[in-house]
Amino acid sequence: MRLLEILGSEFFQRALIGGVLIGITAPLIGIFLVLRRLSMIGDTLSHVSIAGVALGFLVGVYPVAVGLLFAIAASFAIEKLRKAYKTYAELSIAIIMSGGVALASILFTLGKGFNVNVNGYLFGSIYTLGNIDLVTIAIVTVVVLIAMRTQVKELFLLTFDEDAAAVSGLPVRFYNVMISVLTALVISASIKIVGALLVSALLTIPAACSLIIARSFRQTIFAVVIIGELAVVFGLLIAGVWNLAPGGTIVLLLIAILLVLILFKPGLRTGS
Amino acid sequence: MLQNQMGDACHQDIISLEGVTFSYQQQRVITDLDFSVKERDFVGLIGSNGAGKTTLLRMIVGLLKPESGVIRLFGEPVSRFKAWDRIGYVPQKNSFNPLFPATVREVVLSGLYGRNKIFRSIGKADQIKCEDALHAMNIEDLAGKRIGQLSGGQQQRVFLARALINNPSLLILDEPTVGIDTETQEGFFHMIKHMHQHHNITFLMVSHDMDMIRSYLGERPVAESGKLKFYKKHSHELQDCVENDLTHSLRGLRQQMESRKEVVAVVGDIG
Repeated sequence: MRLLEILGSEFFQRALIGGVLIGITAPLIGIFLVLRRLSMIGDTLSHVSIAGVALGFLVGVYPVAVGLLFAIAASFAIEKLRKAYKTYAELSIAIIMSGGVALASILFTLGKGFNVNVNGYLFGSIYTLGNIDLVTIAIVTVVVLIAMRTQVKELFLLTFDEDAAAVSGLPVRFYNVMISVLTALVISASIKIVGALLVSALLTIPAACSLIIARSFRQTIFAVVIIGELAVVFGLLIAGVWNLAPGGTIVLLLIAILLVLILFKPGLRTGS
Repeated sequence: MLQNQMGDACHQDIISLEGVTFSYQQQRVITDLDFSVKERDFVGLIGSNGAGKTTLLRMIVGLLKPESGVIRLFGEPVSRFKAWDRIGYVPQKNSFNPLFPATVREVVLSGLYGRNKIFRSIGKADQIKCEDALHAMNIEDLAGKRIGQLSGGQQQRVFLARALINNPSLLILDEPTVGIDTETQEGFFHMIKHMHQHHNITFLMVSHDMDMIRSYLGERPVAESGKLKFYKKHSHELQDCVENDLTHSLRGLRQQMESRKEVVAVVGDIG
């Protein structure tokens, strides 16, 4: 049977491990981005980190690491621009995103030889996860889980009401930087799983789903992880059995879950 | 002189502004403002749109920096002020997203998540504080509801409960009754008056509601700056303070007897 055959293969097991870990971290970070109206930040950072990946190939350094550095730099640039254009926060995101793609396209053409590899980063290549990739993902997962375990209350306050957070003495700037860095970490680690073009789906769609069903913040946290995991695990299995692109399958499955939730909970959370 | 000293001890400056000036780009909003709020004062702040009411509050709580001048909280410059749990701040409504997935209880508890409590988890004592704050605002039955589902008046109570959970000595309210019907407004104001008179809380409240301010704080502003008008009421004035001290220590009693003839007259037999 095809399913057992797939489950028995080492590359699929690696894919499953990597996917399950990212299925926890990406939605967890995503919920804070969505609630702070920064849904597009995932897309931006992933596009910029592609430029880093390209540079990594060009100079022969672990591409994910260079991608991470680029993503962190971009997240700081966004914070800076966000202050400059306070009322047009999306503007900073658009500028940085196109900057990242522009840089990536130049770096691509500089090193024509690695086009095949770059495709893997654009659309994901979860079946080629190496040991170093898995270790990176595991470290990122541990960092995110520790941050969430210890700082979730503060992040909640910051996300719910930034002014109140500042007045209650919370070091708001520190937490903003923390969210940016964690986002950059998660995105760089997820790129090989679903691809740079699809990373933001893994961040935002579970959050979009949980906003429909969850009543409390606590429920939201659990809901995003469960939904993320469902999509990753079943997405990988479906993709494996029918030989589909894994990243795309995971994302379409997420959208399917969202559609089902919207259809079966009509008008329940209109916010009034 | 003694009376002055005693007055200072009882009615310490909770907020003081010296020569505070603020501009947005070219536009001067607040010019050279001196003002102080003493312990147990109830200060109402009125001004037309753009007069700088919210700006002033945001400077006082450290969200904006004055262009020049000094603001002190409990005698400490704002930039060095640490005891933020002594201050309850209720920002203007609409500052949150109504779709935000949080229950009333979660929002009220978040009042405890200040700087001093990082790495501390929410324990039983905090849960009790939360229940007390919910009870004080009479919203226990809403505790499990999503914040976005409540009416404007109910939401305002939730934010007040969040501000009260730390037992603050100063409450700063920015237009607390905007978008709330008249009846609810009256109830809200009644509640605030009660807190002022019985819980030893100092108030600074921005409002656009002249009637409300007039009925409690009187007709005439005690200070004006530009388009800002300050109205003020001391709770029971000095009398209360004397009563407090009487119960606190005999030494305080003697001092008061020396400095205040009417007290000596009342308790003259003891002396």
